[in-house]
Amino acid sequence: MKKILLIIFYLFAFNNSLYAIVEVDITRGNLDPLPIAVSPLYIEPGSEDITQNGKIIKNIGEEIAKVIEKNFKRSGLFNPLKKESFVQNPDVAHIKPRFEDWRLIKAQALVTGKVTISEDKLRAEFRLWDVVAAKEMVALAFSTTPDNWRRVAHIISDKIYQRLTGEEGYFDTRIIYVSETGEKTQRVKKLAIMDQDGANIKYLTLGNELVLTPRFSPKNQLVTYLSYFKNLPRVYLLDIETGVQEVVGDFPGMTFAPRFSPNGEKIIMSFAKDGNSDIYTMNLKDRVVEKITDHTSIDTSPSYSPDGKYICFNSDRSGLQQIYVMRSDGSQVKRITFGKGLYGTPVWSPRGDLIAFTKVHKGKFFIGVMRPDGSGERLLTENFYQEAPSWSPNGRVLVFYRETKTDSDGKGFSTKLWSIDLTGYNERLIKTETDGSDPSWSSLLSK
Amino acid sequence: MNRSIFLSLAFHSIMIVLTALSLPFMMKSPIDVPPILTIDLIQITDKTSIPFAAKASKILEKLKKEEEKRIVSQQAPPSEKKKEKPDRIALPDDLNKEKKKIVKKKQNPKEVKDEIRQASEFEKKELFDPSQIAALIDKSKEDNAETLKKNNKLTQNSVKNAFSNALTLSQEDALKAQIFGCWSLPLGLPYQKNLMVKIKLKLKPDGTVLRSEILDHARMNQPGQGFYKVLAESALRAIRICQPLRVPPTGYEKWKDLQLNFDANEMLKG
Repeated sequence: MKKILLIIFYLFAFNNSLYAIVEVDITRGNLDPLPIAVSPLYIEPGSEDITQNGKIIKNIGEEIAKVIEKNFKRSGLFNPLKKESFVQNPDVAHIKPRFEDWRLIKAQALVTGKVTISEDKLRAEFRLWDVVAAKEMVALAFSTTPDNWRRVAHIISDKIYQRLTGEEGYFDTRIIYVSETGEKTQRVKKLAIMDQDGANIKYLTLGNELVLTPRFSPKNQLVTYLSYFKNLPRVYLLDIETGVQEVVGDFPGMTFAPRFSPNGEKIIMSFAKDGNSDIYTMNLKDRVVEKITDHTSIDTSPSYSPDGKYICFNSDRSGLQQIYVMRSDGSQVKRITFGKGLYGTPVWSPRGDLIAFTKVHKGKFFIGVMRPDGSGERLLTENFYQEAPSWSPNGRVLVFYRETKTDSDGKGFSTKLWSIDLTGYNERLIKTETDGSDPSWSSLLSK
Repeated sequence: MNRSIFLSLAFHSIMIVLTALSLPFMMKSPIDVPPILTIDLIQITDKTSIPFAAKASKILEKLKKEEEKRIVSQQAPPSEKKKEKPDRIALPDDLNKEKKKIVKKKQNPKEVKDEIRQASEFEKKELFDPSQIAALIDKSKEDNAETLKKNNKLTQNSVKNAFSNALTLSQEDALKAQIFGCWSLPLGLPYQKNLMVKIKLKLKPDGTVLRSEILDHARMNQPGQGFYKVLAESALRAIRICQPLRVPPTGYEKWKDLQLNFDANEMLKG
């Protein structure tokens, strides 16, 4: 009897193992960009044409779709499919896509939309569809004046990017930079601003004075930059929205790279006092200047961590230029780079997980990233001369500038803006009207 | 007599309890992807007109006048559906057509693909388990130990699989190879995060998916885990693209419940 009971007990007790589920680990996949179909936005019949800069834009729906496609292509994360392969018309697709048709061309996501223009108002709506699951993922509509159509395209791109990647987009942003024209020895430098895709370039200064290192505030549309007035360095504050600019202060000796604190209330910079360069902060409300480092070496290029608790900077206190991290009050200074070569221009990522830097080794310039403790150094790009990385607001892409060599006749010198993402494979030239240097990426305009 | 009745009752009770504990359907089952929620609406202020610095005051006035230029965002209206025929009493022919359609659905195996289950809000609440979240947070903190741990998991899995003898190594490899080709990894995934999605499948004998469930579903609603939803969706997409899955022709009972562990860590860390 006991034996029978024991057998029954064991049968039930170990029954679970008989039902053990089969587990299979999938550790590999396809790393190609996601195939996405961006159908031209359907224009509601009776809509007016748009006139911009004296030009009539007839098919605004197609133009918006083109901007979205280019954004996706540049991101390196998506592969916009060719329109020639689309089977379904934009108007029908926006109401109810025939998913089988879109699956045929290997699309995994589909964007459809509609534009209405009447009484000087543009209304654009879009839908993002999961083609494989045959369901809608996002649907939003925006209304504005017709000349804002490019921004609408960027905002739509951001919403789609966010839904498909899980992180914030960076398309509805701008880049401020120093526009350069003329010979290498007599460069005319102006402050210029453009959309992140290189469109809508506008010049903010006339080029009478030398301008350097413009930096966007992470909180709003304020820019701080350095300009020389009567051969003295001056730090300016410029409100991009209103165009109002003011002098923050005249600083003695060599002054470098003013940059905002994460809350936008302070600027941090380095300048030389009594022949020694240290790091200082200035409170923008009361203009009180506070000394952060006090060392006989040259301390420059400070940048705050996004939580404002730490500062990274470069210093030659070890004999060679290296990157250091300290608390924001100047305490607990710690060297984080020990590799071969010189390290400079550290910039903390808006996500806080990485620090971007410029490295010089064996006569070559590298743009790279590392963790805030100095581990995990990765060099993303190498060239003859390149520096000044600046992060996109989502911390995925870096913009920087690159110089080309002058040939034996003294010609061929140029400075261009480039972008590269964290993978290091997606490197792209940002086309500008003139040469450009010292770029700085804004935060999201529509945040 | 009384003693025998008492003994019989006691043993029967034990049997019922043991059965209840050991049957798989009595266990708490996790749920599938939630219905897709639209994202928050945004407020867009007028920041497009970039004035020239010297003309600031004039432009300030101009900006005030252009208040109406603000972009307003709103939820897009629901998708329009094609107008159906006006209401009328169904004719006998119509009824026959409907019946025919239903019969067709039952017979056509391709139609079954859409049966991948969506979880209801009610089920989601049931799944919420604070202890599980704590475990997940702890897991996300793990850095370098992740690889070592994964290796252990692999060993456990193979032991488990060997015990149940559901898939031979070559069968498992065939299945893996099939899914590798279907899984488009989202490229924007963050580094240094726990990038593992476990999906439990209920399969039909021909390898089509009857039901799919994301096991650690609660992670989707945690702050800072937006990427996890994207990752889970990509895994579900891979399963949908791949089906019918390459399963052995025999032994259905052994592999009808299958768990796929999609792990993006290895690929991203390269």
